[in-house]
Amino acid sequence: MQRMLSEIRIAGFGGQGVILAAVVIGKAEAIFHGGYACMTQSFGPEARGGSSSAQVILSSEPILYPYVARADVLVVMSQEAYRKFGPQLKPGGILITEQDLVHVDEAPRGVRLYGVPATRLAEELGRKMVLNIVMVGFFGAVTGLLEADALRQAVADSVPPAFQKLNLQAFDKGYEYGSQLMVKLTDVEEAVSLESA
Amino acid sequence: MQADAKGVLTGVHFLDGDHACCEGTLAAGARFAAGYPITPSTEVVERFAQRIPTVGGVFIQMEDELAASIAIQGAVWGGAKAFTVTSGPGFSLMMEHIGYAAMTETPCVFVNVQRGGPSTGLPTLPAQADMMQAKWGSHGDYGIVALCPNSPQECFDLTITGFNIAEEFRVPVLMMLDECVGHMTEKVVIPEAEQLEITPRRYTKLPPEEFRLYEPREDMVPDMVRAGAGYRFHVTGLTHDERGYPSMNVETQDRSVRRLVDKLKPFSNGRALFETEDLEDAQVVVVSYGITSRVAQRAIQLARAQGIKAGKFRIISAWPFPDQAIDALAGRVKAFVVPELNLGQMVHEVARVAAGRAKVIPVTHAGGTVHNPEVILNAIVEAAR
Repeated sequence: MQRMLSEIRIAGFGGQGVILAAVVIGKAEAIFHGGYACMTQSFGPEARGGSSSAQVILSSEPILYPYVARADVLVVMSQEAYRKFGPQLKPGGILITEQDLVHVDEAPRGVRLYGVPATRLAEELGRKMVLNIVMVGFFGAVTGLLEADALRQAVADSVPPAFQKLNLQAFDKGYEYGSQLMVKLTDVEEAVSLESA
Repeated sequence: MQADAKGVLTGVHFLDGDHACCEGTLAAGARFAAGYPITPSTEVVERFAQRIPTVGGVFIQMEDELAASIAIQGAVWGGAKAFTVTSGPGFSLMMEHIGYAAMTETPCVFVNVQRGGPSTGLPTLPAQADMMQAKWGSHGDYGIVALCPNSPQECFDLTITGFNIAEEFRVPVLMMLDECVGHMTEKVVIPEAEQLEITPRRYTKLPPEEFRLYEPREDMVPDMVRAGAGYRFHVTGLTHDERGYPSMNVETQDRSVRRLVDKLKPFSNGRALFETEDLEDAQVVVVSYGITSRVAQRAIQLARAQGIKAGKFRIISAWPFPDQAIDALAGRVKAFVVPELNLGQMVHEVARVAAGRAKVIPVTHAGGTVHNPEVILNAIVEAAR
């Protein structure tokens, strides 16, 4: 993993499991990968509903500044979250969307956009609530920031034992969807570069 | 003595500062907590309420902060280690009983997860604007110890230190977190119980007929008794003599109030807790605490990269103020830069000790987020000129 510091923001509606997704990613780095992670969350005074956003910084060194100023990776699960945080994505950053919930007219310049129908994939497993873990699996596959194994261990470690199997299935589903998408994209890129050659 | 293994959640965790602080209280031996919920501190006692039935102890959600802050003192005299948790307006309400704990020398811990003020202010956002209140908020002259963790790991470690200091010196210890540290999640390593040193209560070894409740030992701190252990004792917030009985004369007042303050002198000197880096050749020293110390460290790195001789002095025990260490630096550095999430509080202490020997430059912020490291950097650059 050739990275010094990655700033990640995950955002959506309250209740979508935004915070848990961030916990899994942070834990994967800090506990199962041996690096440093710092997770913070922003929320308003309301207890339920509204928007939810979490920030995770992954680093090979101790993290000093705790907040994400400009994200390297933005994971959005609601249109409002995209509207609010889209402009804060770094040029060259990665935008990950729940593609049925977020419509992106035109991705910001230089940004790589990856969409996943996480809610539908979660529904195939019979539980819509695991869409956040589908997103984490997809995140793992398309960013390559963390080994799948570290993320899987973090998923298992972060959910109640009774829901472990379901969540690991959700993770695998998202990861597989992401891996296949990356293969397709590589093929396309190769085709494009052959054409232009 | 060793920690009671029942309360020690040994392992590697990914916890926020509030939860880590709760684990610190349990590891330190706290078996009683009383609280009234307030953002951003509630998670500390929420976790305590969840954990305490299996550890063995009591949590009471009280009717308000006044009740919470005095219930813990009853529990202490009954033999428990106890604490309460609050923020912002709740901290203001607890002032009366912080003074009571100082006056009656009741060892206990108050956790304040600081949020933006004044009044209701910014419930979900950080500030460090209760630092002077921590020292001066209750009426009269008295002594407290205040500790400022800057990470979830330290929220665990320093909470244990806080409980230990409370027992050793028989004072209220104030854990001065901020919303950022309280709600930040990082790796927290909790060691085995036998690796944790816990200070037991200083119970008297004298027989009941020789024991006097407020007769200080050589370290100016009196020993305690446990209610129901066969000793007669009287605890009052009135000025009292060595027996604990009200004594309204000038001599008793002078002797006891001076002792309440003087017994903590070690924290101005050799016992002060702080962390330093790059001070050997430093011309500009950045003095900071809590979350600001991490942001400040980033600024120091940026300054060093520009060739500026900047160093770090991170205050961990803010009260009593670490006079001796700042005094030693004041004679040889050009300037102190003091960033804090308030409009200037601990900077006055730095200026008091520096006494004109070095420039003292505040970097103020009204709270709601942390400083931009560039702003601190600019102050360092300016100070180095």
